[in-house]
Amino acid sequence: MTHTDLCYASATTLSGMLDNRDLSAVELTEHCLARIKRFDSQLNSVITLTEEQALVAAQAADQRRAVGEATPLTGIPLLHKDIFCTAGVKTTCASRMLQEFKPPYDATVVAKLSAAGAVTLGKTNMDEFAMGASNETSFFGAVANPWDTTRVPGGSSGGSAAAVAAGFAPLSTGTDTGGSIRQPAALCGITGLKPTYGRISRLGIIAFASSLDQAGPMARSAEDAAMMLNAMCGVDSGDSTSADVSVPDFTASLNRPIAGLRIGLPREYFGGDLDPDLAAHIHKALSELEAEGAQLVDIDLPHTRQAIATYYVIAPAEASANLSRYDGVRFGHRCDNPVDLMDLYERSRSEGFGAEVQRRILVGTYALSAGFYDAYFKKAQQVRRVISDDFQRAFSQVDVIAGPTAPSIAFHHGEKAADPIAMYMEDVYTLSVNLAGLPGMSVPAGLINGMPIGLQLIGRAFDEQTLLRAGHFFQQRTDWHTQRPTLAGTSS
Amino acid sequence: MSITPADIAQVASLARLKIPEDALQDVTDRFGRILELVDELQQVDTTGVDPMSNPHDMQQRLRADEITETNARERLQSVAPAVDQGYFLVPRVID
Amino acid sequence: MKWEQVMGLEVHLQLATQTKIFSGAANRFGAEPNRQACAVDLGMPGMLPVVNELAVKYAVMFGLSIDAAIGKRSVFDRKNYFYPDSPKGYQISQFFEPIVGEGSFTIPMPDGSTFPIRITRAHLEEDAGKSVHDAFAGQTGIDLNRAGTPLLEIVTEPDFRTAEQAVAYLKALHSLVTTLGISDGNMAEGSMRCDINLSLRAEGSDELGTRTEIKNVNSFRFVERAIGVEAERQRDILEDGGRIVQETRLYDADNNETRSMRSKEVANDYRYFPEPDLLPIIIDETYIETLRATLPELPGPKRQRFVQHYALSDYDAALLASERTLAAYFEAVTASCGEAKLAANWILGDLSAALNREDIGINQCPVTPEALAGLILRIADNTLSSKLAKQVFEGLWRGQGSAEDIIEAQGLEQVSDSGVLEAMIDEVIANNPAQVVQYKAADEGKRKKLSGFFVGQIMKASKGQANPQLLSTLLIKKLDR
Repeated sequence: MTHTDLCYASATTLSGMLDNRDLSAVELTEHCLARIKRFDSQLNSVITLTEEQALVAAQAADQRRAVGEATPLTGIPLLHKDIFCTAGVKTTCASRMLQEFKPPYDATVVAKLSAAGAVTLGKTNMDEFAMGASNETSFFGAVANPWDTTRVPGGSSGGSAAAVAAGFAPLSTGTDTGGSIRQPAALCGITGLKPTYGRISRLGIIAFASSLDQAGPMARSAEDAAMMLNAMCGVDSGDSTSADVSVPDFTASLNRPIAGLRIGLPREYFGGDLDPDLAAHIHKALSELEAEGAQLVDIDLPHTRQAIATYYVIAPAEASANLSRYDGVRFGHRCDNPVDLMDLYERSRSEGFGAEVQRRILVGTYALSAGFYDAYFKKAQQVRRVISDDFQRAFSQVDVIAGPTAPSIAFHHGEKAADPIAMYMEDVYTLSVNLAGLPGMSVPAGLINGMPIGLQLIGRAFDEQTLLRAGHFFQQRTDWHTQRPTLAGTSS
Repeated sequence: MSITPADIAQVASLARLKIPEDALQDVTDRFGRILELVDELQQVDTTGVDPMSNPHDMQQRLRADEITETNARERLQSVAPAVDQGYFLVPRVID
Repeated sequence: MKWEQVMGLEVHLQLATQTKIFSGAANRFGAEPNRQACAVDLGMPGMLPVVNELAVKYAVMFGLSIDAAIGKRSVFDRKNYFYPDSPKGYQISQFFEPIVGEGSFTIPMPDGSTFPIRITRAHLEEDAGKSVHDAFAGQTGIDLNRAGTPLLEIVTEPDFRTAEQAVAYLKALHSLVTTLGISDGNMAEGSMRCDINLSLRAEGSDELGTRTEIKNVNSFRFVERAIGVEAERQRDILEDGGRIVQETRLYDADNNETRSMRSKEVANDYRYFPEPDLLPIIIDETYIETLRATLPELPGPKRQRFVQHYALSDYDAALLASERTLAAYFEAVTASCGEAKLAANWILGDLSAALNREDIGINQCPVTPEALAGLILRIADNTLSSKLAKQVFEGLWRGQGSAEDIIEAQGLEQVSDSGVLEAMIDEVIANNPAQVVQYKAADEGKRKKLSGFFVGQIMKASKGQANPQLLSTLLIKKLDR
């Protein structure tokens, strides 16, 4: 196996190789680290590389394999989005505010994946505080899309998506508040799953919008995502909103046939604004599922458009409070020589937060302020229920809802940066899923002008299995997920 | 209803953000466009609809009243910008 | 013009849980700064709250004890404001749907009467940290040990008209929450802090005047004084034709005045919204009924029972019922001696005086209820005069054994043998002929006073052990002969 082939091997394959001693975790980790060091200058996908710790973890993984106490993830390298707290390792949220922040604790997800034996290579770049759809709001600079470095990787989990697409690691973690796993997965040609709200503990994940945030796996196949999800889920006594529901083995049902699966196509997702080329690719992809025996059914999600307004009230409102703790007192950026308390607050926060974060804090503060609460926040919460009811109704007719993940292929850097509204429209197909708390997944479904597009699959609450199964069958019939971008300086 | 730079300055003050004078108009304009988008909420009839704070109709789990956290001051304050004798320091506050 | 004071009170009650309301850090007073503040209490990135079940239970117990509607569904909200002692930039509180709804409360007044007030609501929230202003040059130190301490904020309707009523309410509330065991009620340590909303209006008017809020008054005495000086301040302004500014004020005990709190003057817009990190607390009927069944007897019903069952005065009953341990002590003494009235007198009299003198509580009392009962029995059967009884009590207090032991050891038994007493009387009469003449010459009214001389002489001769009633009867008989 060549270096590149090894770096693009699936986690499932690598797990088998580690099991058979065809490869050691240390070798694999060294390959990944070498690739990141060689190519990440083109992408800027990694903020912090934890080389030494990774090698120590890899050695421990090899020992674990040797004594037969391994899990499928033992020795598999992965990258964490820099929103997951990692004990003693810088966790910046891509913000100047947390530029030097080393949390004294691990996020539950980090602890679980480490306990399973996964090897953390480092922390990935992202939109600042996960606010963005292009990875251009990072304090550490924009991330490039490995398929075309003049284009964005999507966001906010852009670094995690770009790194997996570039073969830096088979797996990465992401978080998704309005599309932040699925949209970059689509734009970078990888598989990304946002589980049901409550499926994965939020403890130790730096909060953006508490009632919408959800962590999930980013991988190169549904099968790998299922394997990774197995290690991430479960109720956490430290997160009141984590759901006390049984966790299935997500890999066990991957091969159950999808014949008879009813797939709903929302008219609103395929209407006027959708690029015809993109629509054609999505229809082509859906016909693959139809060929497996799934039935396609037209459905309505009538408030798709208003979901944007709903989201851009609720998410900023929750964020405005979640980000109040960054005040320069106990952690994070503190301005030089504050003259008084107000000065400490205002300068620390204005210096520490970037423009988009400040904009959302302002919007959220406004939506909650005296006299506007009913018209904005409460109204948005009511519309949220209306949207959730739309999904409930749809799921009485179908098992899965499908459509495009994003309205277009990856755009160029700077193209939408000036207009917040244009950027917000990137999430039109994804954010209603967060509002309803449902699981959603993006799988690679074609290339347009050499750039990947994603097929989004939306499921019933806590039914990630069906999404993974549908994704897996799709990936058995297609090879979009095995396509690789070409990085400068490589032949593949 | 249009929003003015003075409104934005007021909101910024509530949020403890300082917007430079020369950026205020630009921030206000962008804010105004977001408000236009957000006003699409008003198109939806929500008569009699309960606000939804959380995606699932779940209820709070309660924690047993047992001490699980012991002193971690040194560890927690290792990331603090200004501490003295165990206290976090801020510019003098007058009540 | 005559003015009427109108007041409503908000009490912040710290609940006596082991841990914080939203974290597993210890909830104890007096630790070194920030040693009891965990990552959750500090509002560290990624940290999340989880609700302490005991805090919920205590809130429901309080609600049941004031016959309040219990919120079957209650919700936490975020109250947003920036202040260094509020680490997250918001306080988790309950604004829209509190755990305890409207209730009522009957307060015993010092004169034995009662006074009803209405409770608007009570809600759970987290306490803030503390600021230390004088320890660092130009800086304020922040200690977050107190941050996250469970608070029950108890809000009344504007039902108070006098400072006396306000203080009586606070005392009754203190008695209630300590009886329930949900708070230690220690005002000096801030376990029970009172905000007073006060306004004046022309007597006879139905409209409320503009009010001020006096924050964090931390003793019964200061509550009384703060109300006095604030009412006077408002009266002076109104009588000069001025207007009251609605504001938050601080009571300065050193100068006995209230002053405006500048830090709270910035217009607050708390932007309450439901706390998305927490879910609704659902309380079912079974839970409520189970708790109701385990509530201890509350001070109100106990007071009534003491009046009815033991024939105590309203005043004594209220005092005894106000403190659970005191009431239990009283009932133990009474059970042992069957003399409720005497038991009440002794407990509220000599025993309380001794406890105060030593500055200890009833639970540290060196005299057991059985020992006191033993003393009371000797009083009831006339073995001891009240004077001798005091002497025996001192012996009990100093651990000199039972009442019987002390009486015997000190030879304190009352002399009730009429033969012995008559001999003593005869001797005194024989030795004081002048006084006898004076007595006989005096009219009926003065005779009683003059007899005191003979009683004194005989008491002296008997070392105070003469039975006073018997002595008096026998003496008069002999003198009048």
